[in-house]
Amino acid sequence: MEKVQMNKKQEVEKMTDIMSKFITLVSYKLPKDVEAKLKELSAEETNPLAKIIYETMEENQKLASELKRPSCQDTGVLQYFVKCGENFPLIGQLDSILKQSVYKSTKETPLRHNSVETFDEYNTGENIGNGSPSIFWEIEEDSDKVEIYTYMAGGGCTLPGMATVLMPGEGYEGVVKFVLDRMTTYGLNACPPLLVGVGIGTSVETAAMNSKKALMRPVGSKNTNENAAKMEKLLEDGINAIGLGPQGLKGSKSLMGVNVVNTARHPSTIGVAINTGCWSHRRGKITFDANLNYEIGTHEGVTL
Amino acid sequence: MRKKVLTTPINDEDLKDIKTGDLIYLTGTLVTCRDVAHRRLIEQGVPLPVDLKGNAIFHAGPIVRDNGNENYEIVSVGPTTSMRMEKFEKEFIAETGVKVIVGKGGMGKNTEEGCREHKALHVVFPAGNAVLAATKVERIKEVHWKDLGMPESLWVCEVKEFGPLIVSIDAEGNNVFEQNKVEFNKKKEEQYELISKQVGFIK
Repeated sequence: MEKVQMNKKQEVEKMTDIMSKFITLVSYKLPKDVEAKLKELSAEETNPLAKIIYETMEENQKLASELKRPSCQDTGVLQYFVKCGENFPLIGQLDSILKQSVYKSTKETPLRHNSVETFDEYNTGENIGNGSPSIFWEIEEDSDKVEIYTYMAGGGCTLPGMATVLMPGEGYEGVVKFVLDRMTTYGLNACPPLLVGVGIGTSVETAAMNSKKALMRPVGSKNTNENAAKMEKLLEDGINAIGLGPQGLKGSKSLMGVNVVNTARHPSTIGVAINTGCWSHRRGKITFDANLNYEIGTHEGVTL
Repeated sequence: MRKKVLTTPINDEDLKDIKTGDLIYLTGTLVTCRDVAHRRLIEQGVPLPVDLKGNAIFHAGPIVRDNGNENYEIVSVGPTTSMRMEKFEKEFIAETGVKVIVGKGGMGKNTEEGCREHKALHVVFPAGNAVLAATKVERIKEVHWKDLGMPESLWVCEVKEFGPLIVSIDAEGNNVFEQNKVEFNKKKEEQYELISKQVGFIK
């Protein structure tokens, strides 16, 4: 492809514009894995009240797509998970591009103003603030591309989030107890059917980061470790058997799935964390090359 | 499951035959009212700038488009977690005479008592369906307490057959979420026993 010559300022503007439009898209259309899973859950549902809830969801998503309006009013505090090639030309500008694109999309979509400065306790009215959006970085060697996950989680499914450190004696049995307890206390208010992210590591912050990364993994994907995959399945079946149902008002199924992400641990600790994604799991993945040509990995048949 | 349309102003008699698990729709005045508005009225004693007697509140923070000249349009609106207002809701019902509280998820003993003593309902709008809800709002009549920002302002909405609304607490104080919780906890213990036997990975 012919290399388009642009100065840095134009490149920054172009990428900000694309990212702003991408955020808008994520606000009104769910990724294809989530759409497919909801369809499947709706078809399987037998509880009459739960069926009405699924029908309401389907109608809402249709309207949101047509009207290009945020399908849920709580458009969250934007989070980005970035894997940036060491040679991506805008590596130094990326943080400010991503922040600016939230501001721009907030005006244009519009998104809700969800950035409240702590202690001073005022809403900035701009949906950006100190450390908001949050941007988590990984650097990739020998690459000039950037892969960006953008995630919009509302307050409801953020509330169940929790991390702790177990003693090895509590074992993976302790992990099961930790996750199940969170489901019956907070999970039912977090807009099930949920995608449950479980992170395992050493300490609270490693486990917490793993649990959020777990929510970036597609619905229906499996952990490559056999035991971890077994635990995903056991927890999924177990939580479904509790019977929370959509909106916690009972139903055949309660989950879109359980994703576990794990890293090595200190011999004396098991760090565990949970994060939940609501049924309106607004996750999007976009990849840019060095010329700012982009590809959207999560949504099909869409234009920005 | 029965369907019913409630029209504001609502009186005690209108709520007599409504039971938990019923589906209802709401026509009339629905005011968004959440954390800080509850706190202001109950903790700080600041009177609400809008009369809620016989009307409905919505635990919600909408996205509103400002068209200028005090003309606003609801873009997306949906319920937020009602439990956050539990601490204030009994006194709030007593103080305001509100008849229907629309929200998400369950509420607790405090709200149960408020609903029973003062005849009111807590109902659930299926959350996350904010565009559908917005299309049921005919217009924004007034806005108050704009100093609280877009999500927390009191948006006074005129709605038509707003729903589906699932009754979670009825005017007798029956509470579907509290009843379900007993069953969920029992099943959770069973599942823990079952799963914990199969995850002995540390050998």
